[in-house]
Formats: sequence, structure tokens, C-alpha cells
Amino acid sequence: MEIFGIPTQALFGQLLIGLINGAFYAMLSLGLAVIFGLLNVINFTHGAQYMMGAFCAWLLLEKWGVSYWWSLLLAPLAIGLTGVVIERTMLSRLYKLDHLYGLLLTFGLALIFQGLFTNYYGSSGQPYRLPEEFSGAFNLGFMFLPKYRAWVILASVIVCLSTWFVIERTKLGSYLRAATENPALVQAFGINVPRMITLTYGFGVALAALAGVMAAPIYQVAPQMGANIIIVVFAVVVIGGMGSILGAIITGFALGIVEGLTKVFYPEASNTVIFVVMVIVLLIKPAGLFGKEK
Amino acid sequence: MAIATTSAAVPSRRTMLIATTVMTLVLILAPLLGVYPVFLMKALCFALFACAFNLLIGFGGLLSFGHAMFLGTAGYVCAHAAKEWGWPPEIAILSGTLAAAAMGCVVGLLAIRRQGIYFAMITLALAQMVYFFYLQAPFTHGEDGIQAVPRGKLFGLLDLSNTLILYYVVLAIFLAAFLLINRIVHSPFGQVLKAIRENEPRAVSLGYDAEKYKFLAFVLSATLAGLAGATKAIVFQLASLTDAHWTMSGEVVLMTLLGGMGTIFGPVVGAFTIIGIENYLSEGVTVFGMTFGAQWVTVITGVIFVICVLAFRRGIVGELSAWWARRQD
Repeated sequence: MEIFGIPTQALFGQLLIGLINGAFYAMLSLGLAVIFGLLNVINFTHGAQYMMGAFCAWLLLEKWGVSYWWSLLLAPLAIGLTGVVIERTMLSRLYKLDHLYGLLLTFGLALIFQGLFTNYYGSSGQPYRLPEEFSGAFNLGFMFLPKYRAWVILASVIVCLSTWFVIERTKLGSYLRAATENPALVQAFGINVPRMITLTYGFGVALAALAGVMAAPIYQVAPQMGANIIIVVFAVVVIGGMGSILGAIITGFALGIVEGLTKVFYPEASNTVIFVVMVIVLLIKPAGLFGKEK
Repeated sequence: MAIATTSAAVPSRRTMLIATTVMTLVLILAPLLGVYPVFLMKALCFALFACAFNLLIGFGGLLSFGHAMFLGTAGYVCAHAAKEWGWPPEIAILSGTLAAAAMGCVVGLLAIRRQGIYFAMITLALAQMVYFFYLQAPFTHGEDGIQAVPRGKLFGLLDLSNTLILYYVVLAIFLAAFLLINRIVHSPFGQVLKAIRENEPRAVSLGYDAEKYKFLAFVLSATLAGLAGATKAIVFQLASLTDAHWTMSGEVVLMTLLGGMGTIFGPVVGAFTIIGIENYLSEGVTVFGMTFGAQWVTVITGVIFVICVLAFRRGIVGELSAWWARRQD
């Protein structure tokens, strides 16, 4: 069976890969958007923290035999904790300055983490053994869907939607949104805004680490894995605009699929298609698809 | 709120003249006093690159995280023109520079549509797109790069295969660009640019077309970065992917930050310091029984970034001139 002269197997296969990539774009751009909303910092370390999440899971498994499921909990906690330390000791000193200093600081931190991991583990990737329960695939009739990939898509949708729910529909989220609008006023109502900022950064970082753990069995666990994805995620963020949480999620998934489809129809452009989309969006709607011009 | 506060660090005309003269003399004498000319040429190319970058961030307040695309593009075009088409070096360098200028026009038009953090992300993303293009385009020879680029004879007279002659040519290019940047900064155009950096709505209300000024500054900066890239390709007889990679964009940010954003001499000092450190590390340094080699460059670069941002935002030259200003009072 063929669609537009492309065998359906290949088409759906690439579509699936695109959906998986999209899941990671969505989770990472979601974290960036949450952090940016409250801290006004573009977290350049996000890619490195995603990589550290993957490495954390890999180390837990290789050194102590900690299972994938525990890693899903422990790695984000550990990396999120380092995020809290970073926010308390460094980022919090920069809030009164131009936002660009936050970008420069987190860029420096990304270089440090990436450099250290490269020095200790080399630049080649380490494979992460897939948990037993995920071996095999579902037969959907028109294609085979490996169990783990199905899980990644499902889990990322759940993570994204629950984050959206917490921020948009709960009391805690309303404090968060209020603090984004006017931190001084929220502070005056007796809410500890600095602590909220710290925890928000920690949560955003934990989200990146969680994405890293989920990515570990799919991609090689390598020190460079974060640097390559973060620039694409930046483009995703520019396309979506950072005004809306749901916007970040939708843009992430949509661009993953666009990338996958490009691999089918014009593979040479698959690396660059997201940047091309970014250029088009900038020309038509500079504030981004879901953004509001300030 | 501007990223570089340089109000305390505006040197007088006399100080500028003395400092420029001293710098020129030191650079003329350096290879004669035994400093390795290839190191000096590398540092000069990066100093020019950093000066071009500084024109944008220091005086226009625009942080570009993609300047490597101009360095890389100019390098590739210059190397291709000199090697494949056999063009003389001056024309090859010119063509590389013009290619960067053309790219600067296109990227500038897109990037200035957003400000601040978005501007940085857009330039980074566009540079990554350019990088992927060079990774796949056949004329760049992928990972190998364009090797064995002939240096040729400048104007048919000066044999650039002589390292010392090449050095003085590179020095002349650097000084010409340096003086040009100095001139731009102190021109009415430069003053308007600074006004836009400090308070864009106010500059607009005074009737200045902020977009136009920012665009011009972007193209100028891209062109001069291209000049650095093209010269570098002739000096090292190589154009490679390294020059177009995002780490190169980060490196030029670091040089400018370390030397002092918005100062005239800062980028030069920053470039010499960073290239010096890299040179030093390439042989390996032993501290407390641990050997730090070239693979530590990334980590050390990151550490310098963090220290600069947290404690040293004015950079070397900025701190020095602030100290000097305090002493004068």
C-alpha cells in the first residue's frame, strides 16, 4: 500500500519517530516556558540537564542496578535538586539585571556540565538497556508500534497535560500565574515568591531530567545529546511563543511530526525544516503562533 | 535596562589615542621579540571577530548567539574562491566578506523582528540552520573542510607564504577594521545606536527609525565578522565546520564578555586572553597533581562565563577603566 508514492510502512515509521521527537520537544519547551514565565530566564542549561537526567538513569542502572521505574522518580529529583542549588546560589543574583545575563550564565553552566561529562565518559554514546516489560511491539495492522515508544508518547502526553492542569486549573497554579504578572503584589499578599521561584526552576529542571530518562533507552546516552536538541527546542519556543503552556505543548508535538514527514518526502531538509518554519513564522507572526506581542 | 553599562568607561580622546598607539606598537614589535606569529595572527583574527560582535552587543544592545555563521560563511567562500577559482587573496577575502554581508542582510531582517532573549535564540537557530547546510553541501567537503587553501600573492606583489609578511598584512587588516569600528562608534550613527540601546521608545519618539539603525548595525557587524573569517581562512589555509558551529558563537560572546562589553579595547584583550589560555592548555597544565589538557577547554570556558556573569560583568577593560575613573575623583 502506498500514499503519495511512499510505502505506508515507511510513512508511519517516520511519523512515529516524529511523534517521539515531538514528545521530547514538547516536554523540553514546556519546561523552558514554565521557567521563563516566572524567572524571565531562558534556561540554556536545559539541554545539559536533559542529558544529566539520562546519565543519571544510566549510572543508577549500571552502578547500582536501580530499575527504570525508580530512575523515572530519582533522576528528576536529583537533577531538580541541583537546579534548586543553581537557582539559589547563582541565578537569584541576576534578577535585577538585564535578562540576557541569565542566558549567559546558563550557557556557561551548560558548557561546564557538557565538558565534565565528555571528559569522564567520552563523547561516544552509552546504550541504556530497555526494561524487560517493554520488549516487543503492538501490531496495529498497518504497522508495528514498539511498546516502549507507545509508552513514551503516552507518558509525555500525561506529563504535559498534568503540568498544564496544575498551572491553569489549581490554586497553586493561580499563585504562579499571578506571580508571573506581578511578583511584588503577590508577595504583599503573603506568598513566599522567592521560594516559589526556586521551586519553579527546580520543577522545570526536573522536567528536563525526566525527558532525559525517557530518552535514554531510545537514543544513546551521550554528553552531546542535550546540546543538539536544545537549539531545536529554542526554535520551537520561538515558533510557539512563550505566552502559553498549551501552545508550547502543541507546537512541540506538531513540529516533531513536521520533521518526521520531511524525513519521508525530502530527507535532505529534515535537519533544517524546523528552522525554516521558524523563519516563516517570524515573517508572518513575529510574536509566535501562541504568543502575545508585549 | 541595558546589558553593558559603560557610562563610567568612556575614555577621553587623548587616552584613546595613547592606548591605540601603544597597542599598535606592541603588535608591530611582538613577532620581532619572539612571539610566535601564527599565535598572534590567530588572536588578531579572533580580536577582529570579537570587535565586530561587540559593535552589536556593546553599542546596539543586541546579543547575537549566531555570529559563527558569518565567520564560517566568509571562511568557506574565501577558501573556495582562492582554491577552486584561483582568485588572488585580496579578491578572495573581499568575496568572503561580501558573502557575510549579504547573509547579514537576510538574517538581520529576520532577527530584528524580535528583541532581547528572542533575538539571541533566533540568531542561534538560524546559525544552526546554516551549519546544517554546510554539513551537507558538497563544496564544503563536510568534516574535512576546505584544506590547503593557497595564500597567494597580495596585489600580485606581497608573497603571503612568508609568515612575517602575512602577519603584517593581517595586522593591517585588523587595525583598519579596528579604527573603522572606533569611527563608527563615535559617529552620529553610533550615538543614535547607543541611544536606542539605552531607551528605545524614547529614541523612537525623537524620530529615529530604531529598526533601520539596528539593521545597519547588524549588517556592519556581520560584514566585519566576515572579514575576520575570510582572513582566518587565508592564514590557516583552512575553512572548516568548527568556524560555523555554535560553540564558536559562544566563544566570541565569551571573549567580549571577558574583555568588557561596550568598551573599545575589551574584545581585543578578551580575544588574546582566551586564545592564550587555549594555546596554553593545548600543551597540558598540571595543577595539584591533575593534568588539564585541551579537553578541559570547554569546562574552563564555562567557568569563565559563570565568573564573568556573577562577579565581573564589566570585564577586564571595563573594570580597569572604572578603577581608573574612581582614582581620578
